[in-house]
Amino acid sequence: MTSETKWEVVIGLEIHAQLATHSKIFSGSATVFGADPNTQADLVDLGYPGVLPVLNADAVRMAVKFGLATGATVASRSVFARKNYFYPDLPKGYQISQYERPIVERGSLDIMLDDGTTKTIGITRAHLEEDAGKSLHEGLVGASGIDLNRAGTPLLEIVSEPDLRSAKEAIAYLKKVHSLVRYLEICDGNMQEGSFRCDANVSVRPFGAEKFGTRCEIKNVNSFRFVEKAINYEVARQIDLIESGGKVVQETRLYDSVKDETRSMRSKEEANDYRYFPDPDLLPVVIEPAFVAEVRATLPELPDEKAARFQSRYGLSAYDAGVLTASRELAGYYEATVSALPKAPDEAAARANAKLAANWVMGDLSAALNKENMDIASSPLKAPELAGLLTRIIDATISGKLAKDVFEGMWAGGGNADAVIDARGLRQITDVGAIEKAIAEVMAASPGQLAEYRAGKDKLFGYFVGQAMKATQGKANPAALNEILRKMLAGP
Amino acid sequence: MSFHTASIADLSKGLAAGTYSSVELTRYFLARIQRFNEGLNAFITVTEEQALAAAAAADAQRAAGQAGRLTGVPIAHKDIFCTAGVRTSCGSRMLDNFIAPYDATVVARMAAAGIVSLGKTNMDEFAMGSSNETSWYGPVRNPWDHAKVPGGSSGGSAAAVAGRLVPAATGTDTGGSIRQPAALVGISGIKPTYGRVSRYGMIAFASSLDQAGIMAPSAEDCAYLLGAMAGFDPRDSTSVDRPVPDYVAELGAPLAGLRIGVLTEFMGQGLEAETGARVREAIEVYRRLGATVVDVSCPRLPLSVPTYYVVAPAECSSNLSRFDGVRFGYRCEKPRDLLDLYQRSRAEGFGPEVQRRIMTGTYVLSAGYYDAYYLQAQKVRTLIAEDFKRAFAEVDLILCPTAPGPAFGIGAKVDDPVTMYLNDIYTIGANLAGLPAMSVPCGFDGGLPVGLQLIGPHFSEGRMLAAAHAYQRETDWHQRVPAAYA
Repeated sequence: MTSETKWEVVIGLEIHAQLATHSKIFSGSATVFGADPNTQADLVDLGYPGVLPVLNADAVRMAVKFGLATGATVASRSVFARKNYFYPDLPKGYQISQYERPIVERGSLDIMLDDGTTKTIGITRAHLEEDAGKSLHEGLVGASGIDLNRAGTPLLEIVSEPDLRSAKEAIAYLKKVHSLVRYLEICDGNMQEGSFRCDANVSVRPFGAEKFGTRCEIKNVNSFRFVEKAINYEVARQIDLIESGGKVVQETRLYDSVKDETRSMRSKEEANDYRYFPDPDLLPVVIEPAFVAEVRATLPELPDEKAARFQSRYGLSAYDAGVLTASRELAGYYEATVSALPKAPDEAAARANAKLAANWVMGDLSAALNKENMDIASSPLKAPELAGLLTRIIDATISGKLAKDVFEGMWAGGGNADAVIDARGLRQITDVGAIEKAIAEVMAASPGQLAEYRAGKDKLFGYFVGQAMKATQGKANPAALNEILRKMLAGP
Repeated sequence: MSFHTASIADLSKGLAAGTYSSVELTRYFLARIQRFNEGLNAFITVTEEQALAAAAAADAQRAAGQAGRLTGVPIAHKDIFCTAGVRTSCGSRMLDNFIAPYDATVVARMAAAGIVSLGKTNMDEFAMGSSNETSWYGPVRNPWDHAKVPGGSSGGSAAAVAGRLVPAATGTDTGGSIRQPAALVGISGIKPTYGRVSRYGMIAFASSLDQAGIMAPSAEDCAYLLGAMAGFDPRDSTSVDRPVPDYVAELGAPLAGLRIGVLTEFMGQGLEAETGARVREAIEVYRRLGATVVDVSCPRLPLSVPTYYVVAPAECSSNLSRFDGVRFGYRCEKPRDLLDLYQRSRAEGFGPEVQRRIMTGTYVLSAGYYDAYYLQAQKVRTLIAEDFKRAFAEVDLILCPTAPGPAFGIGAKVDDPVTMYLNDIYTIGANLAGLPAMSVPCGFDGGLPVGLQLIGPHFSEGRMLAAAHAYQRETDWHQRVPAAYA
């Protein structure tokens, strides 16, 4: 038995999504990223004596949105609590969070597994809290700086059930949440700027065991790739440890992306006693059904709903629909492309067009964007322009093969599809006379091959196709060429 | 002219009539502070320059025909309220160097009403104490006897008003910190309903109990000033959005038919005989005035001291975490590292009583103790509130002593925290239940003032002030001034 078949991996994720409010969760300061240190921190954020927090209603609205989108229970009454600990980037000496009574409980999200089946991942809770500031060490000799711009930024901490069974599943879930919060426009999802962060609780147990193994919490992972690598490293570490007679100790571990390893940060014994208690400065958050209904009415079409619609309306496969709906922007781009195509004569043609658009968006366009490290929103080729290119494939002005050249030309700034086609003289030849003329020239230049063909050597047909295409610089309509060539080779 | 024996109403009239200016009044009281503060130690900071400027502005406002009822009236603020540009020490070494960058809502509102602040009054450190002996700035002395405490934590405000160094002063009351010192120096003091006055800018001790109020010779004076402090503040989520009545207009409400409940639990054991006798005499005055006086019982109320000494330290342990030597306030010399910075800044910046409460609070919130202490205390708190609710189904106001006895000697209880804590036994219940309560002078015990406490249902400040006013129209205890300050 190998290690992989003997051990079951159990993962739960804690995701911190920074809510896209204009101001902080308990003060009026702005939340823009990248401002000069301490320029976006007012007296409340600085924890000055006498100041009091006032809850930002937008943060509540966004949390409710997330709850509704994950089929969760939105608590009619939730409570802010203080999590007490000393740290220089925590001005009040406590973080205002939610503890016993979070705003969102018992939701779930479906993820798609490699074999095409879906798995439901439970969301234990999602609660509102404030972010801490940042300690700065660079460029300061013998001292640490503190930037409190981030202090008080609203976070939604989304805690999953330990339902994930591999790093791959964890990533699928993480991406699903990432996609969802962006669909809901409650978080910009920017992982480099720390707007979307993740801690992973990882343990292993023998297959069939009921009890979970001892878990370690991995902190400080700020990209999908690193989350996957950190989990895989941690799983291997725990299995090695147990198999060599050791014991996993409950602790917090830090992922080092340079060394690709996790290392111990603090053990359970060293962990803080946070002395949570309800924050007496804030009233319980009471959410009326009318408010929930109001928020529900603002929900956009969610990724799963959109994917289902893409399948039924455009006849796309589940896979294609999943890829195209991974982000609201990509789905929007795709739909804008399809809607800019000429009206199809029948349903079959419409589906063929939709599939053509899907292939181009997921294929050439995505490849080009990836190569330049761009996202769909900043694509130099907008949806109507891509549709212009596809229109010329559909109306047989160019072949699919030449279309790739045209795409490159457009990408390089050569203008719209027609401009590139004309500039490069790529317009497909469908004129029967012109094709006949080219074929006649080829026949005249190849008397030997012609005689052999007519004597029954059918496979020389390909030779003539090639020669005729060459003579038309590849522009002849392939179907028309084949038909005319067959007739002319047969002789009068 | 002896402005210092005039009521707020008199001063308001005199200013309105142009008999004197705010600058004259302000100079007069600044001179009294100058003369008497050294003996009393009632002020931590006197803001003479700002006071005279504010008085001149008030006079200009009046000249422009824009004066309100209180424009130009001088008061003092307890040094727990943040005052922009002025040291706000909270009675602590920790904040001895702290110049507040903003005004507390109470300070801003009173300033907007044209009220002139003369300075910041002494107090127990972070409002933790019942004798004003925990102040970093030294004890305040009781104007009736300099060897006695003025009570606490608003001891500076109490002594300043009792010595007539100011016509009135703000205070805060977490477990009796307005009422007990008011009783011990023979003045009136009201702690309004929790949520009636904004806590924004008032340095927090125990957030769910803290409430700002006013201390002045008479209930009428309190009525004049409370209206200028009270009201909803969007910056304090626990302040209540409810109109503020005209407390002065309500002063005339008749006593006849008013049902007063004498709290049986607080009239027996633990109450000193002479103090009890004064309270019983006051009850007779109310009977004579036509009130219906009956006995009421709040059986769980005696549990309020242990309950309070779990809840208040728990909240304080968290509220005082921000004083870490990093951004403001005291920082120890040459910290070795972060932990040393925290430990020494807090050990050197906080006095022993504050440290005791931080440790108590940290303990009761700790894993494994939370349920037994904090959660249990919250349950008892609910029961105490229920007791009051039941009582208020039968009576309009509850009456009891404010403190078990008169002012005690400076140093007498300082080494025995439990005895000190028991001095608040009659006042803490109102804080736990969020009820308005006040103390009015009702006579003397061995030459020292005795206070009578009234407790009312939520938002019954108007009724309470009227009942106190009716009593004060029949008695003159509130007009008695210690001989040296007369």
